[in-house]
Amino acid sequence: MRETIRGRAFVLGDNIDTDQIIPAEYLMYNPAMPDERRMFGRFALIGVPKAQAGLPAGNVAFVDQADEANTSSEFSIVVGGRNFGCGSSREHAPLALAEAGVVAVVAEFYARIFFRNSVNGGYLVPFESAERLVEKVQTGDDLEIRVAKSELANLTRGETYALRPLGDVAPIIEAGGVFEYAKQANMF
Amino acid sequence: MGMTMTEKILARHAGRDRVAPGENIWINVDVLMTHDVCGPGTIGVFKEHFGADAKVFDPEKVVIIPDHYIFTADSKAHRNIDILRDFVREQGIRYYYDPDFVRGEGMPSPYADPTKTHYKGVCHVALPEEGHTRPGEVLLGTDSHTCTAGAFGEFATGIGNTDAGFVLGTGKLWVKVPPTMRFVFEGELPPYLMAKDLILAAIGEIGCDGATYRAMEFSGDGVMSLNVEERMTLCNMVIEAGGKNGVIPVDEVTETFVRARTDKPFEVVANDGDAKFIYEKVFRSADIEPMVAKPHSPDNKECAHRLKDVAIDRAYIGSCTGGKVTDFLAAAQILKDRPTKIPTFIVPATTEVHSQLRKQTIDGRSLEQIFLDAGCEVGPASCSACLGGPADTFGRLNSALKCISTTNRNFPGRMGAKDAEVFLASPYTVAASATTGRITDPREVL
Repeated sequence: MRETIRGRAFVLGDNIDTDQIIPAEYLMYNPAMPDERRMFGRFALIGVPKAQAGLPAGNVAFVDQADEANTSSEFSIVVGGRNFGCGSSREHAPLALAEAGVVAVVAEFYARIFFRNSVNGGYLVPFESAERLVEKVQTGDDLEIRVAKSELANLTRGETYALRPLGDVAPIIEAGGVFEYAKQANMF
Repeated sequence: MGMTMTEKILARHAGRDRVAPGENIWINVDVLMTHDVCGPGTIGVFKEHFGADAKVFDPEKVVIIPDHYIFTADSKAHRNIDILRDFVREQGIRYYYDPDFVRGEGMPSPYADPTKTHYKGVCHVALPEEGHTRPGEVLLGTDSHTCTAGAFGEFATGIGNTDAGFVLGTGKLWVKVPPTMRFVFEGELPPYLMAKDLILAAIGEIGCDGATYRAMEFSGDGVMSLNVEERMTLCNMVIEAGGKNGVIPVDEVTETFVRARTDKPFEVVANDGDAKFIYEKVFRSADIEPMVAKPHSPDNKECAHRLKDVAIDRAYIGSCTGGKVTDFLAAAQILKDRPTKIPTFIVPATTEVHSQLRKQTIDGRSLEQIFLDAGCEVGPASCSACLGGPADTFGRLNSALKCISTTNRNFPGRMGAKDAEVFLASPYTVAASATTGRITDPREVL
């Protein structure tokens, strides 16, 4: 894991479920096939109702859809509220965000399976914020996550917010996922 | 200090005398289930990490049930079923339920006779039908509603492709032991209530994140008086409160059901007398009213009678939550005497449920005939429009429709269009609403 993670913010609200992150109509793509895996990046967050996409203004495209070959986003840190990633167990959700270029999500807390999938699959780092950031950070803000200090700096607004320590899952994130972690522990 | 059922099952599968909530432990898995949407990715993860020639940890413990994208012309969906077929052949997997009518291009013609296909349909209903849910075991599946199987007194939860790929290779997974919340329902249900009303009341009480990282146990004579299918409805929806697993104590009803479907031995696990629960809520069943979860969240609860002015465009009865025989018997009680006023879609969860729709009768008419006579459209067994799926999916909401549904989830876009609105309710309430075109408390018509 990088010591600092810097990127532009894409801000969402509460209960962003996996159908909003990657709607079911795109799940026939097989993530094990590279050409199809990329398509998850193209359609990441396309299920979020437009008014709630890119707060506070809304109506911000996470991935520019005008260019059909585009599979990446200009936003690499997603900021969410409560219960981020609730709903289905589809691993396509953190995978889609990662394919679009997201390195970290910062939310108040996560739905369990999304959190697990993010960590065990090594897709992105799911940080928990100590306070609600949805009304403090704006889409497009320049953010820097300082991992060792467990803090998030908003370089655009000159503010710093506390993050919760990664806790139990830090060794798995450090290893890069559950397979690497298990190998280091000589499980197979 | 004593342990809850969930703690005891996990301890046993970790080879330990005891575990405590919050501990991370490695457990042995009894059954791993996957389907057509997550199977191909899971197989990819397995091959990437264990090698192209690797063998699964135990081909008898892997159950593959295609159910999501079956009745679609989408060629990738068909390709994904072929990936499952190849894997099953290569690994010698015994428990695979092939949609044998899916061959080649275009929209497949559904089975003509649901008793004459290997295909089953929705995995969470097929698992118990085929004897794969057994008390005291650990069942993991690549689907969030795997928690349904907690109705059989086992630990069952949903996982992602990476975790499932790991389990395929090792038969193990790390889990964090959840504390248990207990929901007690006292008194048998009045005739207008169903398990769906109870679980919507419980989720409404704690919120759609109220059980995050927790187990939800359902008990009390109200729960133990329910049949197996209704118990499944309770556990099915714990994920809608963020729950890790749902669980119901094992009794004769459970054991009779399971023993009729499998010869495999199992060991019943019960709560210790001094088990500690992190939360306890007692409901009197008779105090609960027919419930609706309004758009766009399963915890957005309201009593059905308070929504009687809400006009709706469509009704949907199906899914792992609301597409079982009990659900259709309830709907048929209402639809046997009344035509529908709005398009109403009937989707049996499995082919076994579908054959029961043809076999079971009320006043000489089969349930399927009752639905057809009431003006419903009856589709083949599948997950179908519960999760939207490809645009050609039966019953999918392809525009800004208002739908009342027996399914489990109503976040934006769940059943198709982002601007569609989904109201979740019991089969009674959905059927009653189908006959009036507005949200209707079933007490108005029962």
